Formats: sequence, structure tokens, C-alpha cells
Amino acid sequence: MAVDRFPVEYSHIMMFARSVGDPNPIYHDPEAAKATEPGAVIAPPTFVQASAQFDPDYVLRPKIGAPWFGSGKNPTGAQPGSGGGGNGGGLHAEQHYEYHRHPQAGDVLTATVKPGKSWEKQGRRGGKLLFQETITEYRDQNGDLVVTARGIGVRTERPATAEA
Amino acid sequence: MALKASEVKVGDSFSCILVEDLKRTQIVQYAGASGDYNPLHTDEIFTKDVAGYPSVFAHGMLTMGMTGRLLTDTVGDGRLTRYGVRFTAQVWPGDDLSATATVTAIETVDGTPIAEFSVETKNQDGVVVLSGSAAARLDP
Repeated sequence: MAVDRFPVEYSHIMMFARSVGDPNPIYHDPEAAKATEPGAVIAPPTFVQASAQFDPDYVLRPKIGAPWFGSGKNPTGAQPGSGGGGNGGGLHAEQHYEYHRHPQAGDVLTATVKPGKSWEKQGRRGGKLLFQETITEYRDQNGDLVVTARGIGVRTERPATAEA
Repeated sequence: MALKASEVKVGDSFSCILVEDLKRTQIVQYAGASGDYNPLHTDEIFTKDVAGYPSVFAHGMLTMGMTGRLLTDTVGDGRLTRYGVRFTAQVWPGDDLSATATVTAIETVDGTPIAEFSVETKNQDGVVVLSGSAAARLDP
């Protein structure tokens, strides 16, 4: 997900931490966070994934006025869009993060994306599996590298319920 | 509080229950917070009738996020230097998940003790749904 401006905001961190079931006050209480080693509200380890919110082309978000492939009263028959990050109808096989430091509320990050390796494998249940690696570098307002993310997405020929 | 190198050894393990009876609403909550609105996670009609799965299922990243709590609770705030996983089986609404992190190495890098962990999350049937590793800066 290439993102020009990913503002790391306190309320977004709070909502993200709630959604992963983490009650640690460092994610929702700025006063309590002051007394911790980081000294501020920081992002939980997988938070940078939420940069999808700031990717204008992200395909796994309904766009105003555009067809959406999810159902209304009934299935719509619309197809998922292509490009723009995510796995575009595929599944997430691996995710790896290297933390140079942990983002804090108030940081403004950018994300640049480089394609990595791609390969093919025969799955046991899902038919042919097509893997694609993506490397995303998150940099802060000073241009310093904050988090390096490496994701691997997989597309399957059939629904895969036992392996991704 | 950060973990101290003097208080851990290779083979030590840390466990916690991440979720019991995972609710569909929590999956929706994660979709909203993360921005990943793939209908495979929230739209039962699409997921069963169009995509051909038995039901909606959790984002792999929700499991990785929940498992991250075990790591940060263990090593302390802001101490992780690396965290990576493979998603090895799907997580369905109603699943109970528990995670274990085991110390696999402790080494000193540029004067700072670093602990390496293996990380595993299992469901109620003992099936591994997430498998990976992490590293963290320790206090001496």
C-alpha cells in the first residue's frame, strides 16, 4: 500500500487496540502513557497495517459511488477491483515486521511499496497457489525508517479452508 | 515493565488466552479499525454464496494483532524489534484462541540483550492457526 500521508492518531490507535482486544493503557490513555518507557501513546505492533485507510486506491474498501463486490440484499455480481494493495480477493499468507522504532501518536508516516519475489506452489486443497511478496517501508516526518513490513499474499484457484 | 535478561532463560514460555468464542462483531470491529473491509470477513452472503467458504472468517491480521498483545505484555511497551508470522489455518467465528511465546535464544547485540521467541497461536482443537517468531530488547 503506497501512502503519501499516514497520520498516526491517538483515536485511531485506541480503536485499533480495542479491535485486537488489547486493554493496555499505552494505547488509549495519554496520561498513563507518559509514565511508560516510550512516554507517549504508541502504536500496537500490527498497527501500520491500518495505513490501508489512507491508501486512496485500496481495493478492499468500498468507494463512494463505485460498485462494491460485497452483497446488499443479494450478491451483486460485481468483481473486486485490481491493484492498489491488499490481496485483492486473495488471502494473506505471511506478515513480518521489523521495528526501527515504534510509531507514536502525532507521527506522520509515508509508505512506499516494492514488489518482492513471486512463486507458485501446488496446494493440497486449494489447487494452484500463487504467492506474491510485497515490501513496505514506513518512514516518519523526518524521513527516518520506522517500520519495514514484508507481506506475502496468496491467490488460490478454489476456496482454501485448510491452508492459506 | 520490560523483561530482564537476568530473569529469563531459553525454553521459558509465556501463554495467554486471546479470545473465547470469537464474535463476528469483533471481526467487524477489526475491519473498521484496520480498513480491510474484504467481505470475506464480514459478509456471510458473499462469503458462502459467491466465494464458496462455509462462513465468514477472521482476518489473519486480527489473529496477528491479538497475538501481539501476548508479546508486548511479555517484553514491555515499545520493546519489540521484530515480529513475523505465517497464517497456517483459518480462524472462524466461535473459535477460542490461545497463544504461546517461547524464548529460543538470548544474545547480546551492541551491548543490548535481545531475546528471540517462537510464537504460536492455536484454536480450541489444538490446530495451529498462526506460527512465527519475534525478537525484543531486554533490560540487562
